[in-house]
Amino acid sequence: MPVNFFPAEFDVVRNTDKCIKCRACERQCSNEVHFYDADFDKMLTRDAQCVDCQRCVCICPTGALKIVPNPNDFRKSPNYTHQLMIENYRQAGTGAVLLSSMGTPKEYPIYWDKILINASQVTNPSIDPLREPMETKVFLGKKPAGIRKNPDGSVCTKIDPYLELSTPIMFSAMSYGSISKNAHESLARAAEELGIYYNTGEGGLHRDFYRYGANTIVQVASGRFGVFKDYLDTGAAIEIKMGQGAKPGIGGHLPGQKIGEDVSRTRMIPMGTDAISPAPHHDIYSIEDLRQLIFSLKEATEYTKPVIVKIAAVHNVAAIASGIARSGADIIAIDGFRGGTGAAPTRIRDNVGIPIELALAAVDQRLRDEGIRNEVSIVAAGSVRCSSDVVKAIALGADAVYIATPALLALGCHLCRTCHSGKCNWGIATQRPDLVKRLNPEVGYKRLVNLVHAWDHEIKEIMGGMGINSVEALRGNRLMLRGIGLTQKELDILGIRHAGE
Amino acid sequence: MLLKEGDIRIPAGCAISGFISRDGNRLCGGDIVKSISYMHDRSNGLGGGFAGYGIYPEYKDYYAFHVFYNSNDAREKTERFLDRHFDVINLSRIPTKKIPAITNEPLIWRYFVNPLPTKIASSQLDEKEFVVKCVIRINNDIDGAYVFSSGKNMGVFKAVGFPEDVGEFYRLDEYEGYAWTAHGRYPTNTPGWWGGAHPFALLDYTIVHNGEISSYDANRRFIEMFGYKCTLLTDTEVITYIFDWLHRKQGLSLEDISSVIAAPFWSEIEAMEKTDPERAAKLKYFRNALSSLLITGPFSIILGYTGGIMALNDRLKLRSMVVAEKGDMVYISSEECAIRAICPDAENVRSPKGGEPVIAELNEEGKRKCL
Repeated sequence: MPVNFFPAEFDVVRNTDKCIKCRACERQCSNEVHFYDADFDKMLTRDAQCVDCQRCVCICPTGALKIVPNPNDFRKSPNYTHQLMIENYRQAGTGAVLLSSMGTPKEYPIYWDKILINASQVTNPSIDPLREPMETKVFLGKKPAGIRKNPDGSVCTKIDPYLELSTPIMFSAMSYGSISKNAHESLARAAEELGIYYNTGEGGLHRDFYRYGANTIVQVASGRFGVFKDYLDTGAAIEIKMGQGAKPGIGGHLPGQKIGEDVSRTRMIPMGTDAISPAPHHDIYSIEDLRQLIFSLKEATEYTKPVIVKIAAVHNVAAIASGIARSGADIIAIDGFRGGTGAAPTRIRDNVGIPIELALAAVDQRLRDEGIRNEVSIVAAGSVRCSSDVVKAIALGADAVYIATPALLALGCHLCRTCHSGKCNWGIATQRPDLVKRLNPEVGYKRLVNLVHAWDHEIKEIMGGMGINSVEALRGNRLMLRGIGLTQKELDILGIRHAGE
Repeated sequence: MLLKEGDIRIPAGCAISGFISRDGNRLCGGDIVKSISYMHDRSNGLGGGFAGYGIYPEYKDYYAFHVFYNSNDAREKTERFLDRHFDVINLSRIPTKKIPAITNEPLIWRYFVNPLPTKIASSQLDEKEFVVKCVIRINNDIDGAYVFSSGKNMGVFKAVGFPEDVGEFYRLDEYEGYAWTAHGRYPTNTPGWWGGAHPFALLDYTIVHNGEISSYDANRRFIEMFGYKCTLLTDTEVITYIFDWLHRKQGLSLEDISSVIAAPFWSEIEAMEKTDPERAAKLKYFRNALSSLLITGPFSIILGYTGGIMALNDRLKLRSMVVAEKGDMVYISSEECAIRAICPDAENVRSPKGGEPVIAELNEEGKRKCL
């Protein structure tokens, strides 16, 4: 028997006093960690297969299970960490690129947590959202550079196509294929109920969901999966995906085993073939090509809907955004490097790109310096984790945010970061019918609605504390923010002062 | 060391007052001083100021520049600049009266000027824009010089002190105008810089303001895209620029501007969609296209401009403000007492609703007399 170079990552701990051997854990675990040994009348585990998704812990009727990190450790080195050693063993065994899912777990600075929000005292009253109107409606799209008048002298109120959001939060792109049909249905129904939008990702739009078109952003990515006339016509807006925060500079890869009949029809590719979206769009090798695609899509939809261009936050993101703003895009979505993914090469996810906070601040300032901030709306994405992150993003300059990981949490995700295995026990990142049916969209959509309502309420409370009663007065209002424990350089990039100043 | 306006943002509470004779009768500056003095407790001696309209009838076709200088050197530099860009018709020190309550005064000069046509032509700007650019250039580039009033047939007078003392210092009872506004300042800290007192003026637009807007930086960062530079970091400055941009440059009416900066709530607009869909569409357009100019937080302002004054409260009405009338007179003030002080039998005293503009302008007779 070959030597296994590394031990299991987790210990599955069972309290045998509590365990009633009902074998629910065994039935629920798609990783086949739990099994019953009839000879010894005992529940046993294959710890090495556990991904710490917490499904068994949550469903165990007697609370007999615990998943804990395996305390066994290699000889400590801050340079060659436990994780790095395992990864090298693994690659030596397979010769393959390491794959990961969801946002990077590495300890990069989280600027949201180093920014503090202001509140009114004495000279300016705070406002109680329970007693006074508190408004979070936003419009996304291109704004006119000034007032235009009709021939009769009245104000011309014609405006470019826009999205109207009841609260500045949208569900970020997650493709059908990377997530299940039930997850998609939950997102679509929640977006409709909330008066916001969800995003198809690059996997096309399932026929059953065309009815939610008014709350759908349809994505056009480098693989062009599922893109055709009806698809473009159905969406409220079209998003051109140039990049993704979790894997800037590379395309996507959905393995053939996830391409079943439904996914195949929706993506318009043969069953069982790998769905590979190329790293670049092969008709976009420069900014002028992007302009052509933007206007091709506008022509195709007769200038009735806004076009979003989504880019990953990379080093020269401000210059790129400036170029996009001048290329006919109505909205720019910027995706920070801590954003999630259904599958990405680990080294890319953990090392490429920059944080959304810095990218957002740089882009907003650059567009203002150039006097073109009005030309586009900005959507910030890539690890917007809670309502205070939303408030900080808007104060830094975002018009709205995209959230995805929090939406998945609402559906049951426990961030085990193994979406790429396709064996999601929560029925989210899987196409296996027995697993998909665990996610009930009826329950799922309500939980999403609850989540966004809760955030919206918190945003209103925080705004009221600042004496702001409409979210547009928060946008770009950086005076409401202070840094804590940041260098002068970081403060300069964020465009904020340090606490106490 | 205390930082002056522009280096730090200083919140302030305040008193404001103003009136206009719609018939264009010329009213003594002493009246406005008396009015604001009744709200002594609403200021703390760290700033007071006035704006008078129609006060320079003999020079009404010339821009009247009021300038603070820290030194004669700054004055000489500024005058060289003025000579290069303007035809200077008259220059003099602004007459003042030494009083113990007002100290540390800078050099205060007044110039009546007209831009040189050749300079305007080569700048490719219209005349007013040319004047604005010159004023901004002096204020930003010449150390120790600050133009604090730059309109035609109007003038701003301001200083560090209680407003009644400022009025006496500038001998305002010797001026007559068809409209006056006044400001008493209650800043939470101040370096005592005269330029930081209010009103803030650009061309003939003046703003006196009581409040502390919570949207300040959102408004500032938006309006700065259009060539303005908010150097004082005060609410009054950014509000003046917003009016200048929307009114002078974009040609929006004052009523429409009110709907932009103190926009009706969505609930009101939605209700209006049934009763007045056209107006609802316009309001929705404003809240979409010009959303960055929405002003939140408490404010009550009086905008002065050639031929009129306008009062406006924030949409929640978080600051007091009353208006009253008597004959051809319209009065606006933070408190009724300041109106009663100069017009004991004022009529139609009322508090305008939040976001409801009150506009009082010269009537035909007044225009004939004053414009």
